[in-house]
Amino acid sequence: LIQPPFTEEHEELRASVRGFLDRELAPCAQEWEREEWFPNEVFVKLAAQGLLGLKYPTEYGGQGGDYLHEAILVEELSRIGSGGTAAGIGAHNNIATPPIWKFGTEEHKQRYLVPAIRGEKIGALGITEPDAGSDVAALRTSATRVDGGWVVNGEKTYITNGVRADFIVTAVKTTAEGGHRGISFLIIERGDGVSSSKLRKLGWHASDTATISLEDVFVPEENLLGGLHEGFKLIMANFQWERLAMALGAVGAMRMAYERTAQYARDRLAFGRPLSKHQAIRHKLADLATTAYVARCVTYDALRRFHEGQEPIKEVTMAKLMTQRASYELMDACLQIHGGLGYMGEHWAQRAARDARLGPIGGGSDEIMREILGRLEGL
Amino acid sequence: MATAEVLKPDHQAKRKHFIFTDEHEALRESIRSFVLKELTPHAEKWEETTFPNSVFTRMGELGFLGLDKPEAYGGQGGDYFTAIVLGEEMTKSNSGGLAMGVAVHTDMAMPPIVAFGTEEQKLQWVVPAIKGEKILCIGITEPDAGSDVKGIKTRAVKDGSDYVINGSKTYITNGHRADVIVLVTKTGEEEFTLFLVPMDAPGVIREKKLEKLGMHASDTALLAFQDVRVPESAVLGEVGKGFYHIMWELQGERLISAAGCVAGAQRTFERTLQYAMERKAFGRAIGHFQVIRHKFAEMATKIESARQMTYVTAWRFANGEYPVREISMAKLHASRVAVEVADECIQIHGGAGYMKEYGVERAWRDARLNRIGAGTDEIMLDVIGRSYGL
Repeated sequence: LIQPPFTEEHEELRASVRGFLDRELAPCAQEWEREEWFPNEVFVKLAAQGLLGLKYPTEYGGQGGDYLHEAILVEELSRIGSGGTAAGIGAHNNIATPPIWKFGTEEHKQRYLVPAIRGEKIGALGITEPDAGSDVAALRTSATRVDGGWVVNGEKTYITNGVRADFIVTAVKTTAEGGHRGISFLIIERGDGVSSSKLRKLGWHASDTATISLEDVFVPEENLLGGLHEGFKLIMANFQWERLAMALGAVGAMRMAYERTAQYARDRLAFGRPLSKHQAIRHKLADLATTAYVARCVTYDALRRFHEGQEPIKEVTMAKLMTQRASYELMDACLQIHGGLGYMGEHWAQRAARDARLGPIGGGSDEIMREILGRLEGL
Repeated sequence: MATAEVLKPDHQAKRKHFIFTDEHEALRESIRSFVLKELTPHAEKWEETTFPNSVFTRMGELGFLGLDKPEAYGGQGGDYFTAIVLGEEMTKSNSGGLAMGVAVHTDMAMPPIVAFGTEEQKLQWVVPAIKGEKILCIGITEPDAGSDVKGIKTRAVKDGSDYVINGSKTYITNGHRADVIVLVTKTGEEEFTLFLVPMDAPGVIREKKLEKLGMHASDTALLAFQDVRVPESAVLGEVGKGFYHIMWELQGERLISAAGCVAGAQRTFERTLQYAMERKAFGRAIGHFQVIRHKFAEMATKIESARQMTYVTAWRFANGEYPVREISMAKLHASRVAVEVADECIQIHGGAGYMKEYGVERAWRDARLNRIGAGTDEIMLDVIGRSYGL
């Protein structure tokens, strides 16, 4: 039952990743959710298995694989029972380090990518601001030119790994004019003037999503990532993978939720027979299985195109839009099938629904996906 | 008289529904000002700690716990709509758990005692409950019997002139704070009987406090009953008629909960409307984007449909009809609308909607219970479908 673009080799990796996550992460997931924090050692543990560098070249300590290998990890992480933990690892692997790999100088790679792959430095990506979410051109965090670098002032919010990150790949305005054209990226290390405050959220409890304020933070010249005023290109470059990763996370989570709910429906008796023998529930589950499969097909198709080097913006956008809403709705239906039990604090279904609810908002909201698709369709 | 030419839409007009009189509106004002002054400011804190019992005594003092209960027992002797008004205004507390805790006391546990209780039982429990000095809860659901009420296993066995009760109940709102429980038991193969069991009776064990997705301000208990001995006088209503008593009780409660859903959805709608006027993206207030405008239009239409359905059904119920089909429809529709509206409001808030600070995510977590509690969506659909002989 191997579905392209994955091959037998990938499925072996999947089995080993799943085994590792089941042993090392899944048993702690509930505790981390409760504590609203997962320990930093998780990064070290993952690094020891090579899981922070699957797609990166061996010369930087990576495994020399590609996005398909990374895709396996993303899917499997969605099964551990803590969206917040998966999000923290995902932010490091899928949004913070890729720009350094793609746009960084050799020095950037040695200073940030190599230790990130070893789990010694944790990364975050800082774009969103209190007054600039979907509307990236409204960013206000400013970088003022000074001798030897920049001085940065501003505030970033909803930053995953925002408390624990050692470095933040940060979007700043390097010129006051020009909207999109005035944005650059700086790699900002935690230090003087950088302070974080954790946010409490509907879901993703184990993630340290934070507001980061930057007050007169000096950033040396050499920490400019990519071209000056060319930050928008960098933002756009990684969106495709970030969105694919979100779609893959939903695919993994949906499959697992369906399986567990179907099992519950077989076991739970009501009115003298299993829930699954009540037609309405059986049909509901049939719909859920179909949704989970459609989501997988749409996502794998976009992944294949992406892997082949096409620039499948339309397919990726559609996959992101379709899977995030579908995942939330599927989790909500699983909660409903579990009845009162699903509403209880320790139950996975309510946690999964809360975690899935971020999907239609984060990484570009549903509304933004539709705007992109509208433009791509020439509307 | 105005002619068509000069008639302009008046969206600001105060819309009083025909089921409410000026007295109801005056009552609404007084409940609202109490809620906003004495409850809403504590909502955040009570999410962490659950609300204090003093809410009951305070509401008892103000006469809000017996609005539609007979004056003979300390109630206000008002009509069914006064209970609807209370259910609606309690949502202004921004705390679903608080509203639920009070509603279980006034609209779920108290009505069967008033309707089926002996004079002695009413004096013992209803009088102090209306004063807020005794707190009530009701025990139907069990770990292995939720929607399938007839599948309950808690048994009451006759022993001389007493009954001995064994079993367990779960998801019991007010279960930790209550003084007495209206307990549904089996007294025979297909025979159900209600009991009023004091919560301090030997053998009543308050197991753990249950954590939930939402309704954090309410206390929800798992209870065990081990050889709990009660006298015959603890039977509520008729032996063997417990199932009918409970089904009757649920009807009135479902409508009040539907009204609460509508009012809660309206409140979340209004807060989000405010946000959409203020929040700017791409150079304008987000409410001015067509897609967002249409989201509001959809929500408003859903809320209005649920409101009218609930009010009209309440009017029939209050006039002596027993419209179980329409009550089930109203409960189903209003619960869904409340959840859908809260979800859409999260979406309109974007990242802020996902953060606890804005309170919209809590509206969703709280509202979500309504599609499960007091009869799930699926049970409502079953009741409606069966009402057509299917």
